[in-house]
Amino acid sequence: MSSPATLTAPEPSRFAPEHPGGDVWVLNFGPQHPATHTTFRLVLELDGETVLACTPHIGYLHSGFEKLGEHLDYNQYVTITDRMNYVSPMANNIAWHAACERLFGVAITPRCKAIRTIIAELARIQDHLLCIGAGALDLGGLTAFLYGFNEREAINDLFEEVCGARFTTSYTRVGGLSMDVSAEWPGQVRSFARALPRTLDDIDALLTRNRIFMERTRGIGYLGREDAIAWSVTGPVARASGVHRDLRKDEPYLCYADNWDDRGSPGVPFKVPVCTLGDVYGRYLVRLEEMRQSLAIIETLIDNLPAGPVNVSPESKMVLPDKREVYFSIEGLIHHFEGIMTNRGFHPPIGEAYAAQETANGELGFYLASDGGRCPYRARCRPPSFYNYQCFPRLIIGHQISDVVAVLGSLNIIAAELDR
Amino acid sequence: MDTDVIQALHERFPEIDFRAGPLLPAGGGGPQQICIRVEAARLLEVLGFLRDDPRTRFDQLADLAGIDYLNYPEARDRYAVVYALLSVPHGHRLWVKCLANDPDPRLPSVCPIWKGAEWPEREVYDLFGIRFDGHPDMRRILTWDGFAAHPLRKDYPLRGRGERTSFEEVTRESA
Repeated sequence: MSSPATLTAPEPSRFAPEHPGGDVWVLNFGPQHPATHTTFRLVLELDGETVLACTPHIGYLHSGFEKLGEHLDYNQYVTITDRMNYVSPMANNIAWHAACERLFGVAITPRCKAIRTIIAELARIQDHLLCIGAGALDLGGLTAFLYGFNEREAINDLFEEVCGARFTTSYTRVGGLSMDVSAEWPGQVRSFARALPRTLDDIDALLTRNRIFMERTRGIGYLGREDAIAWSVTGPVARASGVHRDLRKDEPYLCYADNWDDRGSPGVPFKVPVCTLGDVYGRYLVRLEEMRQSLAIIETLIDNLPAGPVNVSPESKMVLPDKREVYFSIEGLIHHFEGIMTNRGFHPPIGEAYAAQETANGELGFYLASDGGRCPYRARCRPPSFYNYQCFPRLIIGHQISDVVAVLGSLNIIAAELDR
Repeated sequence: MDTDVIQALHERFPEIDFRAGPLLPAGGGGPQQICIRVEAARLLEVLGFLRDDPRTRFDQLADLAGIDYLNYPEARDRYAVVYALLSVPHGHRLWVKCLANDPDPRLPSVCPIWKGAEWPEREVYDLFGIRFDGHPDMRRILTWDGFAAHPLRKDYPLRGRGERTSFEEVTRESA
């Protein structure tokens, strides 16, 4: 048990450099502050406006997601993953069931892979639009934020079309999806993909060569390549520091892997933007380019959606059969009941498995331990925000207090995922 | 690729039985994931070797997770900490499992090897009560400082022990 400490005393930070005299004052930043966007707290020790030391306090949104994971079965827990990185919930759904399917040893159908890939890329665009927009908003640029939010609305509409929910999507299931996409959906995605480049060009024109934006972001919050690796930083933040790593290329899954449709198709072509600036501006550039690459992936796949079933065969006893089968055949009815009864259900092998995917913030992984029961024995989530945030004091020391919001915005910390 | 890693380990530490094997003994999809066991006394030595040897080069700690094996089939030890290692230059992964037991579960901290271990070790301490010797800042991270329990332990009930209904009220004077 830890020793009780008062709530107000700020611990002396180990990152504090020797500072020459002067009045050092302490600023409590958060937990409720518009620039933190979510709920976390920073204790800043300041000399004038220069940050001497910074101690992050997290846990305000801790909701025991991993404990809940031990009491919900593999399909039920997807509703909890919606609430992790709620800026791009679909990506969490897909990453969760990728881990479950590795544990069960289920190979999903080509159509399911293509739909999941398109949706994962839409989620990436959705997340990056918010990150860039909110980052610019914190620096005083409201317009890019509004442009970005318009497109996020359009993506929410696309998600509503596939699963009926805009935010708490819970779309995936073990071995497939909760339902196939409608016949109109590919057309809607195409018209979205036609409209998005204009917004991206607008954001590009508003920010990339904007004198104020550049001066607020260039050289701010520098993270070197070696540090990025040692501090377990992943995703766009690591790639902006020159770490050439993207799980879609390095450990390909879904349609990024070759032969994804079992007919020898190569993985979808795209490029991984890498930047060596390592600062807030570099992270912005990487995210902007990633959105264009995601768009290219979507355009490639949406015209080549494979036909066929979206779920694995009901014979595998991994998915619930179609309702028509349940109502009109005895086998379908039996399969349905076997699937929903808590003492039957489906049981994974005893063992452990890890699967990670490249989501908008970085490597989102799930480490599952199973004792053969209907619920995971342990459902560990490797949250990218958690690992990206812990080097934050390093990035901000020596900068001005107004740079705190710029660096926070560029890391895109989502506290619900940070605290789980 | 993974056989190289195991080979390198056996050459350097011939006296240790790593019990290398797949994370998932039966079935499972995707490429095989190799897990080794290391006892706490040799942990830092082995992990430091894994980071620095040119054949292994595990320069990133991808994840650090605790597991409570109470009532797990065929488990003899109570807790495990799983170090998920990742090599950025080689692109390979390895899982290292280190076991700990009551009454005072302790492991050496790997912060000197990977800086990124700092918060995950605090999280494991917070949620499982496993202490890490040599950690620069061993405080709770997700729950508050006065919290008495370790909620991810299997003997901690899902709905808590009444912490949500009985708590000390913080007023402006007491804060």
